[in-house]
Amino acid sequence: MTIEQLQAAAASNTWATIQPEISLGVLALLLLVLEIVFPKKKHALIPTIAIVGQLGLLVGLLLNFLPTYLGETTFNGLLRHSESGQYLRAFFLGSSVLVSLLGVVALARQRMPKIEFFHITMVVTAAMMLLAQANNFLLLFVALETVTVGFYILVSYTRTNPLSLEAGLKYLVSGALSSGLLLFGIVLLYGVAGNPALLGSSSNPMGYEAVRIFLAANEGNFLASVGIVLVLAGVAFKIGAVPFQIWIPDVYQGAPTPVTAFLAVASKTAGFAVLLPLVYVFSPYTTLVTTTLAIMAGATILFGNLAALTQHNVKRLLGLSGVSHAGYLLLGVIAALTVPSAVGAIWFYLFAYLLASFAVFGVMVHVAGANDADQDLDHYADFAKKRPYLAGVLAIGLGSLAGIPPLAGFMGKLLVFIAAFKAELYWLLGIAIVGVVISIYYYFGWIKAAYFAQWRPPLPSGEPEPAAPAPTRVSLPWGIALGVLAAGSVIFGLYQGPVGAWILSR
Amino acid sequence: MQLPFDPLLVAILAPLAAALALLAPLPDRAAKVVAGLGFLLPALLGLHTWWHFPADLGGADYAFRSLYDTGLRGSFGIALHLGLNGISMPMFMMAGVVGLAAGLYAIQSKAERPRLYLALLLIMQGGLMGVFASIDIFFFYFFHEFALIATFILVGVWGGRDRGYAAMKMTIYLTLGAMLSLLGLIAIYVKSGAETFDLIALREEIAVHGLSGTVQNYAFGLLMFGLGILVSLFPFHTWAPLGYHAAPSSVSMLHAGVLKKFGLYGFVQIALPLLPAGAAAWAPALAWLALGNVVIIGLVAIAQRDLKQMIGYGSVMHVGYGFLGVACVNALGAGGVVLFMVAHGLSVSLLFLLATSVHHRTGTFDMDDMGGLAQKAPVLAAFFLTAILASIGLPGPGLLNFWGELTIFMAIYAHAQWMVVPALLGVVISAIYGLRAMGKVFYGQPSAAFLKHQEKNAVADLRWSERIPALVLLVTLVGFGVWPRAITEPLNKTLAEVYPQVEAVSPTPAAPAVASLPE
Repeated sequence: MTIEQLQAAAASNTWATIQPEISLGVLALLLLVLEIVFPKKKHALIPTIAIVGQLGLLVGLLLNFLPTYLGETTFNGLLRHSESGQYLRAFFLGSSVLVSLLGVVALARQRMPKIEFFHITMVVTAAMMLLAQANNFLLLFVALETVTVGFYILVSYTRTNPLSLEAGLKYLVSGALSSGLLLFGIVLLYGVAGNPALLGSSSNPMGYEAVRIFLAANEGNFLASVGIVLVLAGVAFKIGAVPFQIWIPDVYQGAPTPVTAFLAVASKTAGFAVLLPLVYVFSPYTTLVTTTLAIMAGATILFGNLAALTQHNVKRLLGLSGVSHAGYLLLGVIAALTVPSAVGAIWFYLFAYLLASFAVFGVMVHVAGANDADQDLDHYADFAKKRPYLAGVLAIGLGSLAGIPPLAGFMGKLLVFIAAFKAELYWLLGIAIVGVVISIYYYFGWIKAAYFAQWRPPLPSGEPEPAAPAPTRVSLPWGIALGVLAAGSVIFGLYQGPVGAWILSR
Repeated sequence: MQLPFDPLLVAILAPLAAALALLAPLPDRAAKVVAGLGFLLPALLGLHTWWHFPADLGGADYAFRSLYDTGLRGSFGIALHLGLNGISMPMFMMAGVVGLAAGLYAIQSKAERPRLYLALLLIMQGGLMGVFASIDIFFFYFFHEFALIATFILVGVWGGRDRGYAAMKMTIYLTLGAMLSLLGLIAIYVKSGAETFDLIALREEIAVHGLSGTVQNYAFGLLMFGLGILVSLFPFHTWAPLGYHAAPSSVSMLHAGVLKKFGLYGFVQIALPLLPAGAAAWAPALAWLALGNVVIIGLVAIAQRDLKQMIGYGSVMHVGYGFLGVACVNALGAGGVVLFMVAHGLSVSLLFLLATSVHHRTGTFDMDDMGGLAQKAPVLAAFFLTAILASIGLPGPGLLNFWGELTIFMAIYAHAQWMVVPALLGVVISAIYGLRAMGKVFYGQPSAAFLKHQEKNAVADLRWSERIPALVLLVTLVGFGVWPRAITEPLNKTLAEVYPQVEAVSPTPAAPAVASLPE
């Protein structure tokens, strides 16, 4: 081999483009090796290695944020590297760091193998990062399945807890259904787009661009329409949009709290990361896509908020309120068809949602007792007096989720609403506003449970006081993390600055 | 005098900085000093901006202007643009003064966990100053919502009877109102084509291109109900008396006195000048609802036995005048509304303050269980009488209220003569409930319950720590009552410049055919 050939090979080496994903996978494998190599006493070190390693990758990603291959496709069009993709990669890595941190606190109270948790979290994250750059239905499906299969394990991770097992089974069954729908939709699109008898057909009908060109050339094709709706349905499962939200309350409750947070933030974002490019691919069928998503968005907002109203278990409450957030975001997705600024608004919304959700989940893991599925609003009685710091973080997180100024969640909502107004989605905006008002009741109900003195019925004599689980002491890393998350919610609400402007200019 | 810093920004940030400082473990005395400074600075800066308000300022101009980019200026036209014109300057000053009184009253109160209490109040105060200092209508909205979480916690933790329910109800109503007004503001933002929330730019853009009638109609409709709910427009008022009754007195003072004026101020500063045709179309409906505030809620106020509840209903009743002034859709009405807002803000917070002082001495808010308090606390009685007379609008202590209401009545008369009759009925109503309360609480023989209370508790007169905040309010009220030109001159200038296009459409009758009676 001559030196020129080697140089050519090196220049055409596209593996470097997915270096962060590969490194994450290697780090994940390394954890398993370390578990074997390290003596038992030193196992406590492994989560630290995982977290520090991921932080290192995150910093590396941010330093090399605008690589040379940006805007190109690699791997024969399987991947397309965009600034949105870079943002999402950082987003997923960041949430994975936080999930690992949550895992350290939550697993300390369980007698479970610990290292596998971090391993699977990282593998799932790597798959999500690929997903965010998918430019081909095949890769989309493979990456999405990697994520979903990882979550099957994570959801039923506390296998001694029947609720966790039940959640795992529910997630498996409904996840399999949605994968089936998605696959069927993809196959239909593949079939019609590859039909040489039709105009604009392609020899590579799995590629996004090929499908888009085909759809633009064949408006009103019935099979393609069915395919589009099925693909949208499959993605709707990921983001938890009505009518594919059925799994959410039970799975959110049963899954270990870190996994619930992972599902709520990263998995939902992955859904939107898939949906936005797909909506662009399907844009020739605007009416169909808009109608489908509009019905979904309206129903999702109303269902999520109304169902969350009656919840006492905070994990279910967060799950259902997360459904309504998916609804608001769908509003942005519909608007993105006509208003370019909507995409940035969605990314900002998700960023605010990440900060607020992890703040709330971070407080939750510290309150939860040995039974992770049993986390009730009543456990927060006198919380503000006993744990003022945690209560402050909780109030900021919930306020941001409710979308109250001066917190970041409000900016996210405002920008999405502006985009929706520009796209003239007046009815949906009306529904969204009703939803926001309803959501005040349960978000502030939670603040109320934590801050206000509650009257409790006197106990029958002789009965012991039903003890709320004693909150875990906040370790220094978590104290810092919670402070950063809460401060982030406040700062990005007041001053978006260059970072906010950058996110919004996507 | 040129200050070495931006007075408006400092007035917003000083209370917030003080709130942050209170989270640090300071000794109690130092904490009180820090909180006091946090309340004092905005008041001083408010008075400064009033005293040094440039006399040669053009009507459409803003004084003390400054612009801070928070990152979204280029992309979304959102920037912290601060400044005061003739409409906002009196409000800004009033917010500072009421804040100082409420803060001083809170510092001397014996609330538990005083540091958190003061910190949350300071957050409220920061938001209040921001509302009236913002030229950017995004920040105008933003600062109004700023203290929502803080208010919720303040009412729920330090409040009185029914506090949990009241806090929740208040928050839900306020969010509903805020979301509706937000949609209205977004409508203006998008449909004007200006793509900016900057009021000056919006005004210029709309002056050139105009807004279509349909857009004006629905945008004003959204703002009318949105802002209306925030100002307790009949029949969306039920949160207000309940909330003010349950809230600790300083919160009632800040909320009823200042924060609630946000809605009326929004009408005068934003909705009427930008959407004159929409305002004209909605004015008849608004006028009828406002009469509901004045007459129906007035009668409800008469029926109250509970002193604080009565003041709450009385405040809801009085904002009806504000709505009537808005419904006139002209500069005269708008000017009356601004005067009225300043006067009402000062007088209603004085009433809430004194009601709590009465409560400390009688142990109850039920007026049937009081009586003869004037013998024990003559100074308190004198203050209370002054406050009552002011809120009725009698020239004297209530000179400023009088000017405000008189201007509004004149505007109504020019607009729809018959409407003056029910509006004047409101003055009679407030005299009835106010004087009756005065009699029940302070004069006559002490009731059995009050005598029993006196056996266990010594009843003293108003302490200096309570007198000072009351005096702050009273002196301001009387001062501007005697010298209203100090605020009406810049106000006139601004209104003359901002309102001509409103005048053009205002001859639309605000009420049914009766309006065109032969003169």
